[in-house]
Amino acid sequence: MEAFTTHTGRAVPLRRSNVDTDQIIPAVWLKQVSRTGFENGLFAAWREDPSFILNNPAYQGASILLSGPDFGTGSSREHAVWALQQYGFRVVIAARFGDIFRNNSTKMGLLPVILPSEVVERLQAAAEADPTVEITVDLAEREVRLGSESWSFEIDDYTRWRLMEGLDDIGLTLRHADDVAVYENGRQPWLPTTV
Amino acid sequence: MGRTLAEKVWEQHVVRRADGEPDLLYIDLHLIHEVTSPQAFDGLRMAGRTVRRPDLTIATEDHNVPTVLGPISDPVSRTQVETLRKNAAEFGIRLHPMGDAGQGVVHIIGPQFGLTQPGMTIVCGDSHTSTHGAFGGIAFGIGTSEVEHVLATQTLPAYRPKTMAIEVTGELPVGVTAKDLILAIIAKIGTSGGQGYIVEYRGEAVRKLSMEGRMTVCNMSIEAGARAGMIAPDETTFAYLKGRPHAPADEAWDAAVEYWKSLRTDDDAVFDKVVEIDASTLTPFVTWGTNPGQGAPLGSAVPSPEEFDDPIERSAAERALEYMGLTAGTPLCEVPVDTVFVGSCTNGRLEDLRAAADILRGRTVVTRTLIVPGSMLVKKAAEEEGLDQVFKDAGAEWREAGCSMCLGMNPDTLKPGERSASTSNRNFEGRQGKGGRTHLVSPQVAAATAVTGKLTAPADLA
Repeated sequence: MEAFTTHTGRAVPLRRSNVDTDQIIPAVWLKQVSRTGFENGLFAAWREDPSFILNNPAYQGASILLSGPDFGTGSSREHAVWALQQYGFRVVIAARFGDIFRNNSTKMGLLPVILPSEVVERLQAAAEADPTVEITVDLAEREVRLGSESWSFEIDDYTRWRLMEGLDDIGLTLRHADDVAVYENGRQPWLPTTV
Repeated sequence: MGRTLAEKVWEQHVVRRADGEPDLLYIDLHLIHEVTSPQAFDGLRMAGRTVRRPDLTIATEDHNVPTVLGPISDPVSRTQVETLRKNAAEFGIRLHPMGDAGQGVVHIIGPQFGLTQPGMTIVCGDSHTSTHGAFGGIAFGIGTSEVEHVLATQTLPAYRPKTMAIEVTGELPVGVTAKDLILAIIAKIGTSGGQGYIVEYRGEAVRKLSMEGRMTVCNMSIEAGARAGMIAPDETTFAYLKGRPHAPADEAWDAAVEYWKSLRTDDDAVFDKVVEIDASTLTPFVTWGTNPGQGAPLGSAVPSPEEFDDPIERSAAERALEYMGLTAGTPLCEVPVDTVFVGSCTNGRLEDLRAAADILRGRTVVTRTLIVPGSMLVKKAAEEEGLDQVFKDAGAEWREAGCSMCLGMNPDTLKPGERSASTSNRNFEGRQGKGGRTHLVSPQVAAATAVTGKLTAPADLA
């Protein structure tokens, strides 16, 4: 996973709530067995509408998505995270996220930032007024900055450390393989196996 | 202080706990399907890792499979299914492929084999894994990175969610089902109400539900934002499990039941949040919008966006009505429907098919009506009862097992503008096919709707 410390970029205001993962990447795109090529499926149905915000040339190259609340609800498909990243997003800012999407994002190095609705709307308004405006998302300081304004956000220490170091969860867990073996020896004897 | 059911099950599975880190949680059962696993197996291969416990892992083909006999015609879908077969063979994982007697939707086959038991931790790369919590375990959906993590380590690092009790008081009136209950709960707490929580469904009406009904309720926990939902095990649970292929037997059964009986929330335990809902006030429920929280009693009318005080909810309602092609004030029972889907991990079990058949017996459908059993064993059991003949006589299509029109990854889809009454779990834009419009309903309402061509409660059939 690519390490995330701080990122400065332009932002796309997506003024919709309950942006479920079926919208982020429709199911037809989930048939691929590779991990790449999902950028064309990002918001595939919505992008057919020429007035959809991602079709506005002024927002080409933006790397921060500013969404309404409850972004990434629904399906567990990690393809939603891959599609956002492969399209070029490094950060999604919203007032609330679906739990599974938020978890998947932190596994891949896409930073989900939770800020109050009024702050998200302030950022959206800024990006609407001037699509070239840049926002800084500083994970080290747990802070989002726009010009002279700044807002702090919460993220647990462990996830922040893992993101900043770009660490692979599996490698971390395998350091504790002995603990897993000890636990396995004490499992209840009636628990089923699939054999 | 006492502990909640969720806390008891969680604590039982903590492999390692350290300050400032998530718990490392042991996973008792890992369910796999073709859509969210190929990149995880690739990851294992690239890192030179193996599957730690293939004997705690089971795979099935469900999302892509056609529900008519014959091979998969879509080459991309076929490749995905073939990839699962190769991966299962390479890593020694039991697989139920298309055509196998045990094949079916991943959340139907676990309980059916008796692999889903009280007190277990169960995960799957599918958000409706919450279904399995109906047996009193912690079960939740994960992404592909976590699928790879569980394959490699049989564990997951996770912070314990907060606990929420949903207390369902009173009794469900006759003709009101588990599906109506969960749709009403989601409408009440909203699609974000359960974010960050494990929900425990409690109370008289929940205790009276069959295992099938409990699975329907827990299945849709994720639609209320909760990653997991659970119901304490009781005699209904034990009776369902006894004698199933992977359930404990003989002395092991007795020991297991004794332990399972301890899996209940202590009287003095405190939940982080409590929500109450009175079951006796409920009536058949349907969704009118494009998220599962946008629902209302079938006896009411399409709401006006003006009814929503919150500006974000108001604009979501405006957008939903436009997408759904609905006008505020239209009685929901006058909304015309051209397709009916009975099936999915929400409502694709034998009890659901019986409920639909009871309504269709001796009647004729006027819509395209797909009846898709959740598994091949459900299909076989239904055929032994003659339900397939009831459906065929009514003019409905009797299909093979799979996820089918719930998400339209196979050829069972809506065309743009088509409108369904569906027993599935998501009414998202385009979920059942691009431009398709979905109303979530119970199997009973689905069947009655197939007869009239409009959203209809069974009680209103002539």
